[in-house]
Amino acid sequence: MPVSKTGRGDFSTMDSIQLLFQAPVLSVQLLLDGMLIGAIFALAAYGMALVWGVMNVINIAQGEFVMLGGYVAFFLYAAGVHPFFGIPLAAVVLFLFGWSLYKTIIFRIVDKDLFISILATFGLSILLQQLANELFGADVRTAESGFGTLVLFDGQVTVAEIKLVAFIAALALGGLLLLFLKQSRLGQAIRATAQNARAARIMGIDTDRVYAATFGLNAAICGAAGALVAMTWIIHPYLGLPYTIRSFMIVIVAGLGNVAAVLVAGLGLGAAENFAGFIFGAEYQAAFVFGLLVIILMWRRFWLNRQRRYLK
Amino acid sequence: MTDTVKRILFYSIIVAVALAAPSVAPDYRTQMAFLWVMVVFALTWDILGGQMGYNSFGNILFFGVGMYVCAVIQRDSGLGYYPALFLGMGAGALVAVVFAAIFGAGILGLRGHYFAICTLGLGIAAGEFASGWDYIGAGSGMVTPIFPGEAGGREKFFYYVMFALAVITFPVLRWLYSGRFGLALNAIRDDEDKAEAMGIHTTRYKTTAWCISAFFLGLTGAVVGNMIGFIDPRDVAFAGPTFGVWMVLMAILGGKGTLWGPVLGAVVFHVTQEVFWTYLLGWQRVALGLLIVLIVVFFPLGILGWARERWPERFGHVVEEKPAARATE
Repeated sequence: MPVSKTGRGDFSTMDSIQLLFQAPVLSVQLLLDGMLIGAIFALAAYGMALVWGVMNVINIAQGEFVMLGGYVAFFLYAAGVHPFFGIPLAAVVLFLFGWSLYKTIIFRIVDKDLFISILATFGLSILLQQLANELFGADVRTAESGFGTLVLFDGQVTVAEIKLVAFIAALALGGLLLLFLKQSRLGQAIRATAQNARAARIMGIDTDRVYAATFGLNAAICGAAGALVAMTWIIHPYLGLPYTIRSFMIVIVAGLGNVAAVLVAGLGLGAAENFAGFIFGAEYQAAFVFGLLVIILMWRRFWLNRQRRYLK
Repeated sequence: MTDTVKRILFYSIIVAVALAAPSVAPDYRTQMAFLWVMVVFALTWDILGGQMGYNSFGNILFFGVGMYVCAVIQRDSGLGYYPALFLGMGAGALVAVVFAAIFGAGILGLRGHYFAICTLGLGIAAGEFASGWDYIGAGSGMVTPIFPGEAGGREKFFYYVMFALAVITFPVLRWLYSGRFGLALNAIRDDEDKAEAMGIHTTRYKTTAWCISAFFLGLTGAVVGNMIGFIDPRDVAFAGPTFGVWMVLMAILGGKGTLWGPVLGAVVFHVTQEVFWTYLLGWQRVALGLLIVLIVVFFPLGILGWARERWPERFGHVVEEKPAARATE
């Protein structure tokens, strides 16, 4: 979980806010740190939107894919390879994992209603999280990348180079995915299935294969995001749920299939989280993420109520 | 007529066994008390999860709220042990209901999947807040007052309190399901848009259902806090990975959307857990996840649902009081 370097528990909330006004450069630091994290959130969220849009499955095990990707990168690093190679490896491993998960479990729930798929992926999320806990241990791990630190504004703002690299890598991965969906034949089949699965079947698209590819692709994106997380921050078996919640939050704010909005929402969430971590203290940062979800959903309900003109 | 006699006989056997149990096997009082806790867990989860089709992963919130409110009242009210305990139980249930009403009004207007993920966040957020709030002991938790009676009396007392709670919950839910309320919940599960078009105030019904769930969970939380004697914010009060997951598992294992299903699921799960769990050596939670996936994917009807499919005529008299359950097919 990203914890801002400047977040300190012994400060009271008012003190922290005052400090922000007295030293505006601190805001720049927080904003920068947060937005660099945010790109990774956006990546995982885009995967969730993909699966949701194409398969009508809300994958609660999303964060567990991120966690597993992180462990792939970590073990590669532990074996003496530079963790940067963990990004493609995590993507490949998680793609195969996602594919086989689809072939064993997910294909049975794709055409069921959302309640079933939420319950099933919820069980999956517990299974993966606890399995990781048993197999890899509950220790907090990180994959050292050996990058230095950039100094800006006469040393008042510092940016770890790895965060910048991760940010760029996340954007590049997102771009690649977009290109894939737009240009490749499989990508077009995925988009066709998202529009209308039945029509796609009639036109000769093997939707079962499309679903498997979509789920695998989602796992691959999350895996890559997880590798970035392992390099930039820390990983542990229980980090999955916050990523699921963040992805969900970003998707409902941005909407399905709106890439630019997903990116903006991801960056915004990263920044908001970092500010909250500084103002309320780092120990409340997790509570802030979950609390924000509740607030967003409540707000969404009242907003929808206002918009409501007729019954569907 | 014979059905009624049979039913009365059936219920009285259960009550007789349950009343005699702590005297027959005094060593297992706490475990047996937890059996009733599990029954209440599964029954209250099923109000939304089964009857209404709204998966809630955050019902543990009300459990923890009830527990903390009761403990705070016991600590600060200055009353004797029993008055403080019962006042605390009442207040805990009340505060839990208020929480359910506030959050319910906010998020139950949304459709099921938003609600499900929102509750996932709610339970954990509560645990995080509780472990940061000094007034309720923050991360180091709270200790409930010492039971004034003789040694061993505590387990017996709380066994009976918990048993009474389970015994009250069951007929209340049965009564609710058999009337207009139960029909409205089932209508929401089957087709919410149509239910609303037919003039059911869906949000109001949904919120009420959640409040009922919260009421019993708040009471249970207050009792369990005293039964365990120590309240840890993450591992006891807002114990999402254990109690919170068990609720879901037990209800779907027994057969969600039925009255007896959750009870059966709770009994089967709790007994299995007490007998075999220790052999799993730390792999229990892995097994838990696996079990949920397997049940949801391969055995979605649950034990009772499956048995009813298998021998419908045999089930006539047992399932009779649940017109709601038949609507699943």
